[in-house]
Amino acid sequence: MSSIDEVQDEIVSEFEILGDDKESTIYYIMEIGGSLEEFPDKQRIEENTIKGCQSKVWLIAEEKDGKVHFRADSNTDITKGLITLLLRVLNYRSPEEIINAKLDFVERIGMGSIIGSQRSNGFASMIKQIKLYALAFQAKQNA
Amino acid sequence: MRLDIGKIRGLFPVLHQEVHGKPLVYFDNAATTQKPQSVLDALTKYYEKDNSNIHRGAHALADRATRYFEESREAIQQFINARESAEVIFTKGTTEGINLVASTFGRKNVGKGDEIIISTLEHHSNIVPWQMLCEEKGATLKIIPINDAGEIIFEEFEKLLSSKTKLVSIVHASNALGTINPVQNVIDAAHAVGAKVLLDGAQSASHLEIDVQKLNCDFFVFSAHKLYGPTGLGCLYGKREVFENMPPYQGGGEMIKEVTFEKTTYNVIPFKFEAGTPNIADVIAFKAAIEFINDLGKDAIRSYEDELLAYANEQLTQIKGFIPVGTANEKVSVLSFNIKSMHPYDVGMMLDANGIAVRTGHHCTQPLMKRLGIEGTVRASFAVYNSKAEIDKLVEGVSRIARIKNK
Repeated sequence: MSSIDEVQDEIVSEFEILGDDKESTIYYIMEIGGSLEEFPDKQRIEENTIKGCQSKVWLIAEEKDGKVHFRADSNTDITKGLITLLLRVLNYRSPEEIINAKLDFVERIGMGSIIGSQRSNGFASMIKQIKLYALAFQAKQNA
Repeated sequence: MRLDIGKIRGLFPVLHQEVHGKPLVYFDNAATTQKPQSVLDALTKYYEKDNSNIHRGAHALADRATRYFEESREAIQQFINARESAEVIFTKGTTEGINLVASTFGRKNVGKGDEIIISTLEHHSNIVPWQMLCEEKGATLKIIPINDAGEIIFEEFEKLLSSKTKLVSIVHASNALGTINPVQNVIDAAHAVGAKVLLDGAQSASHLEIDVQKLNCDFFVFSAHKLYGPTGLGCLYGKREVFENMPPYQGGGEMIKEVTFEKTTYNVIPFKFEAGTPNIADVIAFKAAIEFINDLGKDAIRSYEDELLAYANEQLTQIKGFIPVGTANEKVSVLSFNIKSMHPYDVGMMLDANGIAVRTGHHCTQPLMKRLGIEGTVRASFAVYNSKAEIDKLVEGVSRIARIKNK
């Protein structure tokens, strides 16, 4: 499995190929959202939504062999794509790796100017929620 | 008169820029309109030459600022055909105007068991202040239902009216759908049972001829920034006799006649409702916006905007997956829609990538969205400086986006 930094480098080079054209960048984000792992319908409940997102985002996590397995979904295609990017970097990692991850790809691909300030806030909430899950699993491991 | 759109566009500096490498197409006019150079100049001139506090200063600048300020009030009086300028009160905007009426007229005249009527089309700012008042007073909020086209069902409204109705507060033109309500009939029917009527003119004032005397409404509220004027400023019109029977809104300077520690007497209208130093610069600059509209003529503006709306409708409805939302017979230039299998946020973001500014979401009308069974819409709203060439770009963008999910 590639390291967090290697996956981030991959994402950055993919976005470099897309160049400055905002429409094709958004189209790409929407496309990759299609590859998101299926989300269980019965988990689409209020407790699993992430606060601070304009669109609906559901996130659940479970621990398997010391790694955290995230599943997430959204009612908008662009947000699904954003989740896909995040989970490519952070899914199936140990809680420590997730907690310590420096997600510099966000800035390197210029996420803020691609998705605008409101969606950037939502994106930050997603990262925060993922890290909170990791902290909880770490606490459980150390208990 | 045929409007020269190229010339009009030349008056708006903000329109001449690129976003994301594409020429800006600004179709978010129902949220706020852009400002002509004359408004910007009036703001600068005020701060450069005339800045002073008004009404009480004993010097030349204060005198000048006061004169310009009151001339603005007169321009607005004429713009809505109020009987006198004292019937025009400056507020922060439509929202504050409605809150002012709820806190003063409402507190005094609405009691336990009384009823206030609004419609399903209302903006949250014409829902929440009445909910708060009803909760405080033990009154009931009644809602006029709509049909699927987004028009109020007048017969149902008539059924809601009774001697318990103290106020009907209704939007003149819907911000989310563009529907123009049959307000003359609403006002006449409400008056027949002794109720007062507030019209929310936030969306209508820039598009429709407003004659508050002919309408005979008791209150009319609107915002300057949706009329090519500055932000943070609105007007509340009220009939003199209604205003005079209302308690003051906020206490402070300007609104008093005489203050002692034992008792304060209040100033006459409009000052009774304008506590504190008002938004002088924006009030003065708003006159330039009114003049901009008057120079073009409301009739010419309306017929041109209708033409834009019809032109856009005709082409967009051909697109596979295009779902119009709000198909009332009488509409201002607001076009709400969805694209099948796509979220409005995503559509909005893709249009933005093409330089096209629209609004997406529930447009502060969540109960209306719920009634229509949707989460939100994409809303393109047109102003007098928009062109058919810009609509062509919207159509091109929407059809490309719609193809993603509607092949």
